[in-house]
Amino acid sequence: MTVDELTVEEEPRILYQPPELLADRSTSYCPGCGHGVVHRLVAEVLGELGLGPRTIAVAPVGCAVFAYDYLELDFVEAPHGRAPAVATGIRRVMPDAFVLTYQGDGDLAAIGTGEIVHAAARGERITAVFVNNGIYGMTGGQMAPTTLVGQKTTSCPTGRDPAFTGAPIPMTEMLAVLPGVAYAARGSVADASSIGKTKQYLRKACQVQLAGAGFAIVEVLSTCPVGWGLTPVESVERLRDVVAPVYPPGVIVDRTSATRGG
Amino acid sequence: MTVVADKPTEAPLARRTRILRKGNEAIAEAAVRAGCDAYFGYPITPQAELLEWMARRMPEEGRVFLQAESELAAINMALGAAACGKRVLVSSSSPGMSLMAEAMSYMAGSEVPLVVVNVMRGGPGLGSIGPSQGDYFQATKGHGHGDYRLPVFAPSSIGEAMDLVATSFEVAEKYRTPVILLADGILGQAMEPVEEVYRMPPRQDFDWALGGADGRPPRVVKSLHLKPEALEAHNRHLRAKEAAIRDAETRWAGERLEDADLVIVAYGTAARVARTAIALARESGMRVGLFRPISLWPYPDVALRALAAQARGFLVVEMSAGQMLEDVRLALEGARPIAFHGRTGGMVPTPGETVAALHRLDRRTGGSGR
Repeated sequence: MTVDELTVEEEPRILYQPPELLADRSTSYCPGCGHGVVHRLVAEVLGELGLGPRTIAVAPVGCAVFAYDYLELDFVEAPHGRAPAVATGIRRVMPDAFVLTYQGDGDLAAIGTGEIVHAAARGERITAVFVNNGIYGMTGGQMAPTTLVGQKTTSCPTGRDPAFTGAPIPMTEMLAVLPGVAYAARGSVADASSIGKTKQYLRKACQVQLAGAGFAIVEVLSTCPVGWGLTPVESVERLRDVVAPVYPPGVIVDRTSATRGG
Repeated sequence: MTVVADKPTEAPLARRTRILRKGNEAIAEAAVRAGCDAYFGYPITPQAELLEWMARRMPEEGRVFLQAESELAAINMALGAAACGKRVLVSSSSPGMSLMAEAMSYMAGSEVPLVVVNVMRGGPGLGSIGPSQGDYFQATKGHGHGDYRLPVFAPSSIGEAMDLVATSFEVAEKYRTPVILLADGILGQAMEPVEEVYRMPPRQDFDWALGGADGRPPRVVKSLHLKPEALEAHNRHLRAKEAAIRDAETRWAGERLEDADLVIVAYGTAARVARTAIALARESGMRVGLFRPISLWPYPDVALRALAAQARGFLVVEMSAGQMLEDVRLALEGARPIAFHGRTGGMVPTPGETVAALHRLDRRTGGSGR
């Protein structure tokens, strides 16, 4: 038997291809961090909807400031918390652009509370990706407004005491009461099933903007193994078993169904 | 002596059309006519009429007007719109400018062109709604955090303010920088006859503006440079740009300087008080002239220093406790005595007070002591 006879001619079966809008480079994110997964989902959804060439994205301050290094999109870097205001300015002068914001929970739920509330209230046609890992990752794991009761961080070393610093803010539920919010959902990166659902939410949040229906937000519960002091595997377990019950995943509001005849 | 402003108009009287217009509204209309694509603002006295004018005029022209939830949001909306290469105006008054300081620094760092009008009021804090020049330090010494300077233009009449609006857009776009138009409560609130002369700076094709990476590599407008070497290189680039601005955009006006041996240095509304005081002082035989900086950064220090060769002394007049005074000291480097007369809190120096200050300077510098 010759070598030639051993060669089998067969079409390669492509099981996975990195999305075109995701840069082919390693990231600065820690092992087990959820940002990489969320970046990939954003790249996949924008790519599948053909939105890459018309997207203007707004990067936050926090670990995900480097999103502009990993997503092949036009980007502007906003001051801490101001992404929804920056996106509003883009939205108003670029009617044909697809406008995306990407913020963490310190950025969106603490310093940027005013900007996200008013962008949502105006019904700005933007798609907001809100990555909630319950902690300030970049600055070393301090308490965020989303930190769970009892959770220990570097700025609440004995655990978050609601009598002292209040209870976690359910930002997406708060925003969902505003009539300008056409779509609000919460996903998670805890497991493959959750990631698949999160992708559906993101796709819908993009379609809502394309339909001109109003403001759309997808909160994504995510991990911060270094900030949480856990291994990557322990982190996804905590996300599933401890975090998700406090912030239940699912569609929180969908005001598009009425305009589409139910 | 170079006189770069206040040239008498050449147009025959009969063909000049003058209208009476409030400063805030004149600035707003000048921006509309300069091709402003978008305006973002938040109500604050004494600049609210500027916002109100834009609320009516921008939609008429099919352009963008949006009232933001705060000055913080307004300036960041402007950042987003300007990052797309649009011609954007923001206006506020002193307390609102403090809120904008963060984004001003980001825009300086990420080189986003923008024109910001500050109709200054009395401070510190909530202060008053009276006119003031108390934000000179804030405007000229950087505004926000980090190493940067922004061009600052200070009109002393409503007509000049209209012209400087177009100039501000030109300079902003040419150098990719925010530009501050520094007015005060009197310039904003007063009405003056103005000629309806407008300028629309030509549009540039920006190779940095965002619009979607369609058939080209993605563009990023940002100020973050984590590597020290990279940030230092970026800062060197900003310094080189500032040097170019200093060379080309320094503006000032001189009045009655030809025979002057005493010089008042004043800008904006204070320069108009000074003009009256100079006329009064000259009636009593004093030879006084006016040096009026129009660009507060870059400061016209070389031209001011040159006057030390002819003047015995300088009087700085400001609606502040003495802020531009420090730049005059830096320019003159101790060459001649410097006196100061300032009022604060919304109070305006009077011509009489200013003449009295001139007499004191005259005696102190060996004059006849009239």
